[in-house]
Amino acid sequence: MANLETPAAPAAPGRGRRRSLLVKTGAWAAVYLVVLALTETGVINAYLQATLVTICVNIILAVSLNLVTGFTGQFSLGHAGFMAVGAYATGLITMSIPTVWGFVLGLVVGCVLAALIGFLIGLPTLRLRGDYLAIATLGMAEIIRVLLLNFNFTNGAAGLSGIPQFVNWSWLFVLTAGTVVLITNFLHSRQGRDCISVREDEIAAESIGVDSTRAKTLAFTVGAFFGALAGGVYASYFYFIKPDLFGFMQSINILVIVVLGGLGSISGSIIAAVLLAMVSTLLQPFPEVRMILYSLVLVVLMIFRPQGLMGSKELSISLFSRLLPKRATSAAATKDAS
Amino acid sequence: MEQVLQQLINGLSLGSIYALIALGYTMVYGIIQLINFAHGDVYMVGAYVGYVCMTHLHIGFFPSLVVAMAACAVLGMVIERVAYKPLRHSTRIAVLITAIGVSLLLEYTMMYFAGAAVRSYPELPAYLTRSFHFGGVVVTSLQISIVAVSVILMVALQFIVRRTKLGKAMRAVSQDQDAARLMGISVDNTISFTFALGSALAGAAGVLVGVYYNSINPLMGILPGLKAFVAAVFGGIGLIPGALLGGYVIGAIETLVSWVGFSTFRDAVVFAVLIIVLIVKPSGILGKNVREKV
Repeated sequence: MANLETPAAPAAPGRGRRRSLLVKTGAWAAVYLVVLALTETGVINAYLQATLVTICVNIILAVSLNLVTGFTGQFSLGHAGFMAVGAYATGLITMSIPTVWGFVLGLVVGCVLAALIGFLIGLPTLRLRGDYLAIATLGMAEIIRVLLLNFNFTNGAAGLSGIPQFVNWSWLFVLTAGTVVLITNFLHSRQGRDCISVREDEIAAESIGVDSTRAKTLAFTVGAFFGALAGGVYASYFYFIKPDLFGFMQSINILVIVVLGGLGSISGSIIAAVLLAMVSTLLQPFPEVRMILYSLVLVVLMIFRPQGLMGSKELSISLFSRLLPKRATSAAATKDAS
Repeated sequence: MEQVLQQLINGLSLGSIYALIALGYTMVYGIIQLINFAHGDVYMVGAYVGYVCMTHLHIGFFPSLVVAMAACAVLGMVIERVAYKPLRHSTRIAVLITAIGVSLLLEYTMMYFAGAAVRSYPELPAYLTRSFHFGGVVVTSLQISIVAVSVILMVALQFIVRRTKLGKAMRAVSQDQDAARLMGISVDNTISFTFALGSALAGAAGVLVGVYYNSINPLMGILPGLKAFVAAVFGGIGLIPGALLGGYVIGAIETLVSWVGFSTFRDAVVFAVLIIVLIVKPSGILGKNVREKV
């Protein structure tokens, strides 16, 4: 009996994975086409489109920070610093080469530069633990901000304005979905599993041969790379950037999305980014009470649900099929029959 | 030489203020291992309470200082009871996010009621505006009072922590909460008391900054709060002498960097110093290295 079942076991997850891939691709494509259609027909006006860009930028930021904080367990309070690097690189390069290729070059330069900074900062500071690392990364982001304020070519506190706009929905979609897919795949790779094992127990991970410094630095570098990508998208769509946009508060905002969504849940980060943007849009008419409500929600949510909306679970088909018990049992029945 | 001395004296008053804020950070961190991000905003509230006392109630500088300290002590205890106590057993990141939430709540509630505009403290009485010349160095009586008030408060704190029963309880709880509870110490009350002490010091710092720089606004607590935390880490977090040392060193670094002509870079220099300290000696200048247990 047991012998009969063994060969079937590997086939079932394979089939499940293929079906899951199909559903995921379908969902991505549906999101892309629906928003494209709505934009073309003018249902999504300029205001909604700005919200959409904010959502996508926040998704990229939150997913990349989740890789560092949620999956690798390294507490970073300086993600806005990497965003600033990407934004300024993209802004400066597209302003001197105002073509799509300039935009792409800017994104690439920004991301590589941020990854390099992330690597250089990460190598020594990732030996620090918990709060110390948080403070070191916070210090790094503040240093980047002060440097941007003082350099001549970044135009100081006034910032850069008139950055050519190249980001449209297609770009936005490709970059956001690309980030999510790449980071998810990274997490399923050997390196990604190393990162997760470091989060679970660093000493145990090292004792079975995981190079924890390497895993942490890698996660930090990849996170920095995508953080800069978000900055580039932001700069290119909103055509105006200044150092104050990438201060301590921005780092906090990103962290809040990650924690609200659930540390260690990619889909949680996406849901939280969308929810927060919607709440923020709804509260736009009441600017005085907006931040008060925001902070109250934050405190109350942390007291009653400290693990975030999704915990460390992912939104997946198996989660849905559990909600539909009838289909699940019938699927099991067909498996038994075959 | 005289100029360096002058800058060091200016740095001393700034450093006293950082040290007062850093003490609150370090005590709270020492007892519940929380970076209390709302601490900088308690300091802001202290500055506003002092402002109300001096402009609307027309009471003097020292009584205002006491009122602000009392108000902040109560505020600190309330924050701890409402926001941090329910989370004592959850993950550190959840508590940290709550602290950030409380910080935003204080900032924007203050902005809602007091407005975002910068306010200035009333004119000071004559005994605080006098200045003394020692050779080429000018010292104002305000600077002397700031340093004096800070030193008195720090000595009082040291007395409370070292010589009283509550201080003993604080030290016990910071070493081992469970063991302290077994010895009959009320852990909750001790933590509340720690918050009250730290917040009172922050309130005092707020009033001192108000009279020294003469301008306050609802977001004034963010950067000094961060820098005071840097000071606490610099000296060795959890250690009271460390917070003092860190506060004065950060104050001196900041004034010297401004004096050399890089005033716009001073925040970057402070954080760069922090990163170097963290890399070279993560436990801070006075901290002891704790061996990692497997």
